[in-house]
Amino acid sequence: MRYIPITCEQREAMLRAVGVSDVSSLFSDVPDEVMFDGELAIPSPMGEMELASHLRELADSNSPTGRLVSFAGAGCYDHYIPSIVDHVIRKPEFFTAYTPYQPEVSQGTLQAIYEFQSMICELTGMEVANASMYDGATALVEAAFMAARVTKRSKIVVSEAVHPEWIETLDTYAAAGTVEVVRVQFESGVTRTEGLAGLREAVKDAAAVLIASPNYFGSLEDLNLIGELTHEAGGLLVVATNPMLLGVMEPPAGAGADIVVGEGQPLGNSMSLGGPAFGFFACRQKNIRQMPGRLVGRTVDVDGNDAFVLTFSTREQHIRRERATSNICSNQALCALSAAVYMSAVGRHGLADTARACVSKAHYLRERLIATGRFTSPWDVPFGYEFALSYQGDVAEMQRRMLDRGYLAGVDLSKAMTPLDSGVLLAVTERRTRAEMDSFVREVESL
Amino acid sequence: MNDRMNRISGVRPKRGPRGLILEVGSDDARCVVPPELDVPDVDLDEVLGGAARSVLPHLPQVTEVEVARHYAHLASMNFGVDSGMYPLGSCTMKYNPRINEDAARLEGFAALHPAQPVGAIQGALELMVTLADVLGEISGLPSVTLQPAAGAHGELTALLCFRAFHTANGGPRSRVIIPDTAHGTNPATVSMCGYEVTTVPSDDRGRVDLVALREALDTDVAALMLTNPNTVGLFDDQILEITAAVHEVGALAYCDGANLNAIMGVSRPGDMGFDALHINLHKTFSTPHGGGGPGAGPVCVTPSLGAFLPGPIPVKYDDGTYGLSTPECSIGRVRSSYGNFGVLVRAYTYVRALGGAGIKEAAEQAVLSANYLKERLKHTYELPFDRHCMHEFVLSGRRQKKEHGVRALDIAKRLLDYGFHPPTVYFPLIVEEALMIEPTETEPLADLDRFADVMIAIAEEASTDPDTVKGAPYSTPVRRVDEARAVKRPDLRWSVGE
Amino acid sequence: MYPKDLKYDKEHEWVRVEGDIAVMGITQFAQDQLGEVVYVDLPAAGDEVVAGETFGEIESVKSVSELFSPVSGEIVAVNDALDDTPETVNASPYNDGWMIKVKLSDTSGLDGLMSAEDYEAFVNEA
Repeated sequence: MRYIPITCEQREAMLRAVGVSDVSSLFSDVPDEVMFDGELAIPSPMGEMELASHLRELADSNSPTGRLVSFAGAGCYDHYIPSIVDHVIRKPEFFTAYTPYQPEVSQGTLQAIYEFQSMICELTGMEVANASMYDGATALVEAAFMAARVTKRSKIVVSEAVHPEWIETLDTYAAAGTVEVVRVQFESGVTRTEGLAGLREAVKDAAAVLIASPNYFGSLEDLNLIGELTHEAGGLLVVATNPMLLGVMEPPAGAGADIVVGEGQPLGNSMSLGGPAFGFFACRQKNIRQMPGRLVGRTVDVDGNDAFVLTFSTREQHIRRERATSNICSNQALCALSAAVYMSAVGRHGLADTARACVSKAHYLRERLIATGRFTSPWDVPFGYEFALSYQGDVAEMQRRMLDRGYLAGVDLSKAMTPLDSGVLLAVTERRTRAEMDSFVREVESL
Repeated sequence: MNDRMNRISGVRPKRGPRGLILEVGSDDARCVVPPELDVPDVDLDEVLGGAARSVLPHLPQVTEVEVARHYAHLASMNFGVDSGMYPLGSCTMKYNPRINEDAARLEGFAALHPAQPVGAIQGALELMVTLADVLGEISGLPSVTLQPAAGAHGELTALLCFRAFHTANGGPRSRVIIPDTAHGTNPATVSMCGYEVTTVPSDDRGRVDLVALREALDTDVAALMLTNPNTVGLFDDQILEITAAVHEVGALAYCDGANLNAIMGVSRPGDMGFDALHINLHKTFSTPHGGGGPGAGPVCVTPSLGAFLPGPIPVKYDDGTYGLSTPECSIGRVRSSYGNFGVLVRAYTYVRALGGAGIKEAAEQAVLSANYLKERLKHTYELPFDRHCMHEFVLSGRRQKKEHGVRALDIAKRLLDYGFHPPTVYFPLIVEEALMIEPTETEPLADLDRFADVMIAIAEEASTDPDTVKGAPYSTPVRRVDEARAVKRPDLRWSVGE
Repeated sequence: MYPKDLKYDKEHEWVRVEGDIAVMGITQFAQDQLGEVVYVDLPAAGDEVVAGETFGEIESVKSVSELFSPVSGEIVAVNDALDDTPETVNASPYNDGWMIKVKLSDTSGLDGLMSAEDYEAFVNEA
């Protein structure tokens, strides 16, 4: 069999050493009633060459964005990934290693995570970041739970302008009754702050207010105002954000965010149908003992040399068990590594230039689309590199026809938490050229 | 050696950390440069509503060769499955086939956007449907969600389904029973799902104490969470009595699939009476651990619980096309998109390479290799449970501790000097000075033998020269680290000016 | 190891009664079992403690243990020095490593505590 390095002869010798004649004797503790004596209904094995062709065929029956011009975003973006990123994460010392529980032989993973934590702190302006969560959605949920522990409250206020899949995830976790979720509406593309009385009422007794900026619709929120209201009421401000945009946008820490989370995919991770990537999670040092997830710290070894190690482990499930800050016992280490290599490869200037290119191109495309007369802007608020427009026609039909012409024409907003009629969400990354955008505009105009 | 190196000022020792990437480079260094802007440049402060960043984040500003060398050095300080035997109990550190890696990187998989219409991702959906069917077949629990990102996430998903099931049948109930041998994720998950933990003891064979279990069971109990084979590496032969007792009070039986590698194709959790199981694809299905993730923790359940699974779920229609469907009483999403798709591609590649017979053979060899090592080591170290083990077994370093003051941790650290990753130590909690050894089926016999030889040599060394063992390791990039200092003087990030 | 002027409980806390004030901490045996103490989480002055209930937590690198109060009353002082130097609990469990001072609301509970001899016997038995 593939991947078993034991020969038949060796196997016989091992059986003799164990003192059994047949491997089935080793399963003597398994009661007869639960022995599976059939054959697994699983397709027959394939040799590597055959398997490689099969996989290529399966992959080719999809339409990857490499063969399309993509304007789809909504949390997952078609950014360029420098070659060096994959070459680093393909090193077997990184990808075949386990969680770095033995620091003496895991300094590579540990130092890379420490550097990742430092970079996330730099991006977000926060004091401490963990080694990563599963994704943006679960990072947001963990932030809500952490806020509940810090404030000893249970009400979680979430803006409906947060990604609908993230709100749904929060609702799923909250169904266990450990927290209560209250939604606040948005209008004009941002969370409603007019008629502040309503919002003030909602945040009363709240453990946390969860807000995204840019939000699901790409709009930037007035974090200062929402932060003030939240803090007046004694809650924590949790801000979800896009790490790419932080290359050019003020970090949420400045607006009083207590916890900053987000989906890390834009930083050097392939889209891969939405996973795996990672969630980032940063907060203030004073709340470190309520943080979920792994943390790497720098210390010294017995010889006094610098050394890195997993730390503050008493927060975690393997020690604190039912009183742990989370049940999470992994992180998305390899995806976090991709992000760290990405940030190293582009640097602060490259990240800023890339983000600036995205923002400039998004503003260019939006203007061009509105100029066609087929699209109108539902609101006029600042945005980064993603924006919502109303289409004068059937969005799904437009997307279908544009797909035939080789374009992924954004995300249909009819499924948003607060649906936008005939709304379409378009993202423009640095990969889109002016020529691609101009053809897209021409094609959509010609429908 | 170090002294002599340090005499040259500014030269750091070759071993160990050599400085952070954040500390090198210069402001005009460039690695990857984005193309020239081909549209009008915007005034950032204006378009971002006054929120343009005034100070750039301090990310490294380095050249490509510096990036390459930095991470090559970091990699050189790591130990992976490719570096040597990694017998970490309960972690199933088997070889990670390279074709899995190539598969996940095919453009037709890696460059898919989750919002693409189903018509544009038929191959991806077919892959997921087939993988789910395979997992359903191996587990005997045919309804499957591929969404959970990790084993602990799978536990949470299943328990939330249980909660929804009970709520639909009268009330959520209040307690979940866990044996004292359980992984820490089990009780932590129970708390997150709003339940109380009730712990039941194990008997002298590491099995669930049936009498204690029966006493703990009543109609307030929502579920039992059990790892079978259990965390001492034994199959609980009372399994049918256990699951029957659980069902008798209307509770559900959850199987922690951490140890599935021992029994795939041999015995199915569904046939044992379990209602749900999570599978760690990064253990049993050969996807890499990645230094802590990403993995994937699909959950398989009985058809009656299938209605509660998170959606959307990839499905095959009668016309041979594929789509997405959300179960009727779904608890909702447990994350965004469809799961860790890139990990699912790797696991799919693995099952297609092995086929049904290969999967069973992998389990059998994993069990044989563990028993072989156990036989070789049981006279040198105490063996608390002396019977055929499954894919792993637990030794106790009690004798070495009592006679020579050498602890399980010291033995683990000494193994590093001999080029082995240590076994899991101090788990399960019920065994004193536990050393939990899981060789997996992908270890060559020569490596199994060398590991046994080294373990025996270390036991000998513990008696003749215990201080050497207690001071280990000596040959690793760093030596034992001051973990107390890491907590008392937290240094969790680098900042400008350091 | 176990000063004669102190009272002990089965959770390995000690109490020194000075008038209506009880000073408490953990025993030599407990600190040895824990290993190097890296963090002590204590309540604030003014909080109430109840005999037999937890009042805080103590952590080593790989363990966390709850602290149980042997007495009831209002906390009048907390050893803030342990924030910066928690290892004092290891070095001086009975003096500089004290944790809280409680104004006793009821002294009857003191009778149930062990003497140094009884505690030593209890520890040896375990």
